[in-house]
Amino acid sequence: MNSWSVLMLRKDNFKNIVYRKDGFYMYKIVSRKPLNATVTQMEIEAPLVAKKAKPGQFIILRVDEEGERIPLTVAGTDPEKGTVKIIFQIVGGTTEKLNHKAEGDCLQDFVGPLGVATHTDGIKKVCIVGGGVGCAIAMPVAQEFHRLGANVTSIIGFRNKDIVILEDEFRACSDKLYVMTDDGSYGQHGNVTVPLKEMLESGEKFDQIITIGPLIMMKFVVATAKPFDIPVTVSMNPIMIDGTGMCGGCRLTLNQDGKRVTKFACVDGPDFNGYEVDFDEAMSRNRMYMDFEKHAYEEACNLFKEVA
Amino acid sequence: MAIVQTKNPMPVQEPEVRAHNFNEVALGYSEETAINEANRCLNCKNQPCVAGCPVNIHIPEFIAKVKEGKFEEAYQIISETSSLPAVCGRVCPQESQCESKCTLGIKFEPVGIGRLERFVADYHNEHNTAKPNVPAPNGHKVAVVGSGPSGLTCAGDLAKKGYKVAVFEALHTAGGVLVYGIPEFRLPKKIVAKEVETLKDLGVDIDTNVVIGKTLTIDELFEMGYEAVFVGSGAGLPRFMNIPGEALKGVYSANEFLTRSNLMKAYKEDPVTPIMKGGKVAVVGGGNVAMDAARTALRLGAEKVYIVYRRSMEELPARKEEVEHAEEEGIDFRLLNNPIEILGYNNPDDPRDPKNGFVTGIKCIKMELGEPDASGRRRPVEIPGSEFVLDVDAVVMSIGTSPNPLIKDTTKGLEVNSHGGIIVNEDGLTSRDAVYAGGDAVTGAATVISAMGAGKLAAKSIDEYLSKKQ
Repeated sequence: MNSWSVLMLRKDNFKNIVYRKDGFYMYKIVSRKPLNATVTQMEIEAPLVAKKAKPGQFIILRVDEEGERIPLTVAGTDPEKGTVKIIFQIVGGTTEKLNHKAEGDCLQDFVGPLGVATHTDGIKKVCIVGGGVGCAIAMPVAQEFHRLGANVTSIIGFRNKDIVILEDEFRACSDKLYVMTDDGSYGQHGNVTVPLKEMLESGEKFDQIITIGPLIMMKFVVATAKPFDIPVTVSMNPIMIDGTGMCGGCRLTLNQDGKRVTKFACVDGPDFNGYEVDFDEAMSRNRMYMDFEKHAYEEACNLFKEVA
Repeated sequence: MAIVQTKNPMPVQEPEVRAHNFNEVALGYSEETAINEANRCLNCKNQPCVAGCPVNIHIPEFIAKVKEGKFEEAYQIISETSSLPAVCGRVCPQESQCESKCTLGIKFEPVGIGRLERFVADYHNEHNTAKPNVPAPNGHKVAVVGSGPSGLTCAGDLAKKGYKVAVFEALHTAGGVLVYGIPEFRLPKKIVAKEVETLKDLGVDIDTNVVIGKTLTIDELFEMGYEAVFVGSGAGLPRFMNIPGEALKGVYSANEFLTRSNLMKAYKEDPVTPIMKGGKVAVVGGGNVAMDAARTALRLGAEKVYIVYRRSMEELPARKEEVEHAEEEGIDFRLLNNPIEILGYNNPDDPRDPKNGFVTGIKCIKMELGEPDASGRRRPVEIPGSEFVLDVDAVVMSIGTSPNPLIKDTTKGLEVNSHGGIIVNEDGLTSRDAVYAGGDAVTGAATVISAMGAGKLAAKSIDEYLSKKQ
C-alpha cells in the first residue's frame, strides 16, 4: 500500500463520497456559514485538492451542469477531512446560485489547486493588507506566515461594521492587527493605507507587503509603499474560464524594465509584483461583462423568488 | 462500368441558412449515395491511400464492405485502427492525406474516403446497440493525461489490449479540443460524447477535474501504481502579436472565444457564460482554428466577419473545405493584411464612460510576398505607407499557442525543446522512463489526426515496454 491508496479516485476507495451515475464523485458541501449578508463560507469535500492546496492558490468550480466556471481562492484546507474552505461574495448569477446551496448538497465540479502558491521564503516580517472579501484570501496567507514563525502585521479594511469578517481569525495569527472601516462604524476610521502609511513613515520595515482585495485598493497600497521601497505582492483576480493556461482570458500586463509583458494569472499568478502590474488596464478588463453579470444576478434572484 | 469522375456531393445546409445556426453544416451521405461513392473505388493493388492515413485505416477493405451494403462490417474494419471514426470522418484534412494518394485522383476526383468513413461511423452509432467486447485484463495500469484526440486514441488502443487505463482531464468534460475548440457546426458534441462512451464501455476510466501538474503530478501517478504515463495535454497558452491594444475589451484569443462558445455554451439563447455577440469581428490568422472562430462569430450574430491574414490564399493553412464553407457563408477574407494596432474607445471628458476601453477598430498594413522563408512559404513584407483601419467591435487572435508549462514545471527530468514542446523519440518516449507523449504537447498546434497517430504510436510502444517488463 502506498500513501496514495486512500486518495484513489475510484468508487471502491472512497465510500463516504456521493457519486454521480457515471462514477465521478460529487463535491459535497460539508458546512455552510454566512459571514455577513453577502459573504458565505463553505467547506467542500475535495480530498485531492485538500491534500495539495497552499495559501494563495485557487480552485475553479461549477455549481450545476449548465453552470459557468468561476475561480475562488482557497481560504483553507483540512487534508485529514479532505475538505477545502471557500469564502465568496455574492456578486453575480453563479455566486447567487452557489449561496443557495445547503449543507449536504453537492457541486457539479471543483478543480484545483490552481495557480502558484504565495512566495514565503526568507520573509521574516510581513504586512498583510486585505480589503473586503479579499480578507478571506489574505487570511490563509497570514496564517501560513504565522505558522512559519514570521512577524505578521495585518490590516483588514471594510466599508462598514456590518460587513466585517474574519476578525478573530486574523487576531489569532497576527502580531499586530488593524481593523479599518471606511465610515468609522467599527475599528479605526479610514482605509487600509492609513495605518500602512503611518507605520512606514515611523520607520517600520517589512520584508514584504502582501495585499489582496479590490484592484483600486491594491493600486493605492502599492502607491503608499513605493516611496519606502518595500516589495509589494498583489493577488490578481481577473476574469477566468479554464484556469489551466489554455484560454488566455486572465491575461494582464506587467511593466518590466520598460517593456510591456503579457502574463496569465492562472499559471503565472495569481500573485504578481505590485510595482509591475498595469492596474488601470486590469480594472478596465474586469468591467467587460459588468452589464451581463448584473442581469444574470437579477435573473438568479428572480428565479429564487419564484421558487420561494 | 464507366468511371464516375467526380465525388458524390456532400449534402449540406444552405449557406444562408447555416450561417445563422449551430447545427452541423455537412449532413452526411445516404446509404444509396455511400454505395455509389464506394463503387468509385478501383480497389487498386498497392493501396496508396492507406499509407496516406496517419493511423493506416484499411481503407480499400472498408470501402469494399460499403459497396456490399455491409456497413457494420465496414465499421469493424475501421475501428481496428481508429478509435474515433465519426470524428476523423468530419475533421481530418483528407485532401492532403488519404485522398491525396488515391489512384483515381490522378485523373479525376479521388474517392470521398472521409465522407465514407463518416457515413460508416454514423451508421454504426445509429444502429448498433451492442457494447464492445471488453478484453480480459492483463493486470497492467496506464495513466493518460488529457482526453483529447491523442489521449483518447492511446487509451482506446491500450484498453483493447487489456490494460486498465485511467484518463485524467483538467476540464469538466472529456474530449479536449474536440469539445472546447471545434465548434458544434463542424463536430457535434454528441458525437464526441458517443466516442467517449465507447471507450468507457471498453473499461477506460475518465476522471475529469484533475489537472496533472497541479492536482497530481506525473511522479504521483507512478506512486499510485500506474506503470506508464502518456502525456497528451494539448496545446497551451494562446499567443498574441504583442501589438498595442491587445488588452482592450473585445480582444479574445481564439481559445477563449471558442471555449466560451463551445464548452461553456455561450452560443445558446440565454447563456450563463457571456460572450460578445453581434457587431463586426476581425479574426486574425489563417488556420482551421481561425476559420472556426470566424464562422462561430457569424453564427453568434455578427453583421460582418473578416479573416485578416498576412499571406495569400495559397499559403493559408486551413483545410480547403472549411475555407470554401467560410467563403460561401460570407466571411470576408482580407489577405496580405497584417494588424499593427488594435484601437479602442476612449472618452477624454469622461473616464467613467462605460464604452471606454472597448475595441473600435483594427489598424492593418498591406503586405506583399517576398522570398521564401525557413518554412518554404514566401515571406510577407510590409508595403510602406499602406496602413488602413477596419472598423470592428471585437478581435479574435488565432495565431497559435505555446505549450502549457504545468507538466514540464512539475516533472523532473522531462526535457522540452526551445518552443517548450516535450521531446520524444521515434517511439513516443520522453526523456523520462515510462513517460510517453504525443499530440500538440509535443508538436505545437497540429491536426486531430496527427495527434491520434501519436496516441496510437505511444500505445504500441507502451504495450511493448510493459509486455517486456512482466
